[in-house]
Amino acid sequence: MKHLRIKVLVGLLLSSSGFGATIDQVRKKGFIQCGVSQGLPGFSEISGKGKWQGIDVDYCRGLAAAVLGDPAKVKFTPLSAKERFTALQSGEIDVLSRNTTWTLSRDTGLAVSFVGVVYYDGQGFMVRKKSGVTSAKQLDGATICVNTGTTTELNVADYFRANKMKYKMVVFEKSDEVVAAYDAGRCDVYTTDQSGLYANRVKLKKPDSHIVLPEVISKEPLGPVVRQGDDQWADINRWTLYALLEAEELGLTSVNVKKMKSSANPAVLRFLGVEKDMGKQMGLSRDWAMKVVKSVGNYGEIFERNLGAKTTLKISRGQNALWRDGGLHYAMPVR
Amino acid sequence: MRENKRKPLKLMNRWIRKNLFATSFDVFLTLICLAFICWALPPFLKWAVFDADFAGTTRDDCTSGGACWVFVKMRFNQFIYGLYPDHLYWRPNLVFVISGLWLAALIFPEWKGKRKLAFTGVLLGPIIVYQILYDGFGYLEIVDTPQWGGLLLTMIIAGVGIACSLPLGIILALGRQSELILVRKFSIVFIELWRGVPLITVLFMASVMLPLFFEEGTHFDKLMRCLIGVTLFASAYMAEVVRGGLQAVPKTQIEAAQALGMGYWQSMSFVVLPQAIRIVIPGIVNTFIGLFKDTSLVVVIGMFDLLGMVKAAFTNREWAGYSVEGYLFAGLLFWVFCYWMSKFSQKIEKKINMDKQSSGGKAWNLS
Amino acid sequence: MHDLKDIPLWRQPRVRGLFVQILLIVLVCWVIGTGVQNTIDNMSKRGLASGFGFLSDPAGFDIIFSMLPWSEDHSNGRAFLVALLNTLLVSFLGIVLATVIGFMVGIARLSSNWLASTLASIWVESIRNVPLLLQLFIWYFGVIQNLGGTRQSMAFYDVVFLNVRGLYFPWPKLPHEMLIFLVSFAFLFFGMRYFTLRHFRSKRVFWITLVLFTCLLWLLSGATLAFDIPAIRGFNFQGGAVLVPELVALLLGLATYTSAFVAEIVRAGFLSVNQGQFEAAASLGLNRAQTLKFVIIPQALRVIIPPLTSQYLNLTKNSSLGSAIAYPEIVLIFAGTVLTQTGMAVEIVAMTMGVYLVISLLIASVMNKYNSWIMGHGGG
Repeated sequence: MKHLRIKVLVGLLLSSSGFGATIDQVRKKGFIQCGVSQGLPGFSEISGKGKWQGIDVDYCRGLAAAVLGDPAKVKFTPLSAKERFTALQSGEIDVLSRNTTWTLSRDTGLAVSFVGVVYYDGQGFMVRKKSGVTSAKQLDGATICVNTGTTTELNVADYFRANKMKYKMVVFEKSDEVVAAYDAGRCDVYTTDQSGLYANRVKLKKPDSHIVLPEVISKEPLGPVVRQGDDQWADINRWTLYALLEAEELGLTSVNVKKMKSSANPAVLRFLGVEKDMGKQMGLSRDWAMKVVKSVGNYGEIFERNLGAKTTLKISRGQNALWRDGGLHYAMPVR
Repeated sequence: MRENKRKPLKLMNRWIRKNLFATSFDVFLTLICLAFICWALPPFLKWAVFDADFAGTTRDDCTSGGACWVFVKMRFNQFIYGLYPDHLYWRPNLVFVISGLWLAALIFPEWKGKRKLAFTGVLLGPIIVYQILYDGFGYLEIVDTPQWGGLLLTMIIAGVGIACSLPLGIILALGRQSELILVRKFSIVFIELWRGVPLITVLFMASVMLPLFFEEGTHFDKLMRCLIGVTLFASAYMAEVVRGGLQAVPKTQIEAAQALGMGYWQSMSFVVLPQAIRIVIPGIVNTFIGLFKDTSLVVVIGMFDLLGMVKAAFTNREWAGYSVEGYLFAGLLFWVFCYWMSKFSQKIEKKINMDKQSSGGKAWNLS
Repeated sequence: MHDLKDIPLWRQPRVRGLFVQILLIVLVCWVIGTGVQNTIDNMSKRGLASGFGFLSDPAGFDIIFSMLPWSEDHSNGRAFLVALLNTLLVSFLGIVLATVIGFMVGIARLSSNWLASTLASIWVESIRNVPLLLQLFIWYFGVIQNLGGTRQSMAFYDVVFLNVRGLYFPWPKLPHEMLIFLVSFAFLFFGMRYFTLRHFRSKRVFWITLVLFTCLLWLLSGATLAFDIPAIRGFNFQGGAVLVPELVALLLGLATYTSAFVAEIVRAGFLSVNQGQFEAAASLGLNRAQTLKFVIIPQALRVIIPPLTSQYLNLTKNSSLGSAIAYPEIVLIFAGTVLTQTGMAVEIVAMTMGVYLVISLLIASVMNKYNSWIMGHGGG
């Protein structure tokens, strides 16, 4: 990133060829550039002390641990919903970890690839308690605030059309503006992913005077995104995510992972790189999975730390539990 | 004379009579204005000053119903420097001091070498500022451009924008006057194109489309893209300003230069341009003021200038709900800079006009 | 005298001129060509589609304020049209409002009343020196969003309501009879004008016959004048017409910002008229109103019109800032929602910039024509 001006001139005069593999660039830079949101509690936000925190943030830290051996070698770029894909496509960021919904049109039409699901979510509605509304089917004629550039806009249109209800939609560029407008009374309904509803409720003036309606009107599988055409980088991202889930399945935590090197379970030994080198074909070190778990913990730990009972969000595992606990998370075997 | 002995009270009476109550319409006007002031000012003062909270460190200290200036106090550094690491504040401060000294040297009355200083400042300024803030030619700790923010970023965008658009604007203005048809047409098209579109679309184009125009792999810093867009936009306005100056230089100057045997470029750079630019310095300052205000648009492409930092600060959970205080503070800061810059520009304009004969009408009243 | 042939080729100005122009063409073609080539390469490498087919795809989103009927299955192209109309609406209203306010403030600044001129100066100086985007934020997030909710609306005589959801006012109902009446009235008006002025040459006859025949027409058509008054039904006001708060905030912000510049222009315009004109008019026996109308104002207008044009242009371009406060104009709807849903960055940004360019050139040429009309006709 040194001497950008000269690099621009060079790029103009000579012809450079292709992006080059992302992993080589990352190794050369010495850090991963991770695209995150502009402040969504639980997923990616700056704490009072100036540190980034959230499950999307922890994912990137785990990625850094896997690729560079150090979870601190990440730089975060806050992006709005509108510019997130452009930033990824243009090479400004290496990976987009920004509560992005995996859809067909995005996966196929934007030259990006989704590598997995970090959080299974769904879109919901929030209204004021004193409006007396208890179900989304009573929202005929309501005014709804949404954030532009999201699946939220389209889902609302679909839902209201399917239920033959009328509505008005006010569209803002930044999600904080949406929350502020809803709070000021500009709209009757605030809609976004359910996790976002709970997260942003704490930003309202009187959080307890608002309720989240029971209906979940869409599937919103949120996951990290990388550029299309770089399979090695996509593999690394995908398997980092699976490593987090597999670690929880195997009972490995950030605390006990070092001790488990002497476990009797061959699956554990394989996971930790003791028996076989599973990282070589991805270009990673032998103990890449161990580094990941050591630095950010397993998926369960990440969830509890950012969204769990001790945080202000208090979201239960629900759909985000492991498959064997009744949830949807199913890691592909690390073997 | 007797006037000197008149008591101050009588003088004041006279003044009030003349300026506020001269005709019946005047009386009516005065009463309306007074009524408006009495309606608007006391509640505002009460909120902003008398009931306001100045002391404290967290939002719990903002207990009264008035303005919460604690918020501004606590986030002041962020508003000025953005997310620049605070142990490295000496670098932005150095940039502020150097710019201040350079400007002061230009403002003061003529001294030898002033023009050279202006010239070198405009050419080398952007590079020096960039190096100090980024990595000091490789010797200092690197601070990435996304961390430059607040007032620092506003000044960088406006300053670099003007510095880079000045040479480009001069070339375009010369091109617009050229006798070569193609050069003239091209200049006109270029100028009208950038003047006819809003800055926000230029910024969008720069941030979304610019990477597409270049080979894959040329990595574009967001600040760089923004600066390119702003420079292109400002150069069109600068071209019009310089054109005004070129038209004000008497034709005889060019003829005299040609009589001395100077070619086109020689006569332009040594005779015409110095005079033209001197005439339009107020215009250049006005364009700078406009650009300074327009930098607030970068908040729309996700950059954190002064306005962006203020917005980010009060959307944070810690200070949610104090948007008005934030906006007023940002507005005040902008106002202070722009007002003094415009006063300065008016002063220069007066000075330039005094050198020529003025023919404007005297002030007179309509009501 | 040396013959042209004796001067070396590279010294002849005409040859050099030609050379420079050829060089310019080559440079421009190379830059544009490389740019286009790279764009095509990059887009195909990334699998991004291109072309304008997306304009006929269904939009899939709602627009809060539209002068045409709108629903989500209308096409993206129609969304563009709706957004364009919104831009033109706010620009037109803003220009009118800014001119009115600007003239008032400008004249107030020239007043001999110290209070009025000082307040006007404060208005101009404080508005001019603060960025427009910040002012829009203050108008929208500061003022409008602090208005009451639907049930706490500010009511004016119970027919006009102002709240955080918008400005609601009555709108005439237009059943068929009313439309017939309006159309026939138009014919009647122009017909009468031609007929009576031609044959009777008297304005008074024209007005009397017009009123008589209008009443007859009204009775014949059976139209009734009824207004749709807004009333709360369910969540919002229904009936009547509404100006959404985004429009109100944008309008107020644009109008007040531009009025500060218009005030300065007006002041400079009036100051530029020589004081001697006043005395000359008086010596011709013109009273104050006539002096203003026939002597002063035309001369002042000649100085005012050109910079006023550019302020109108600036206002139209500044309407693009409405995208920051959710007003559905071109940048928010087309270069915003449609762009993110379809990903067609190049086409959409090109269309958006093209639209503004066309509007700018149109306004500039209209004002140029008006300017040359003024120079030909009135004043001095």
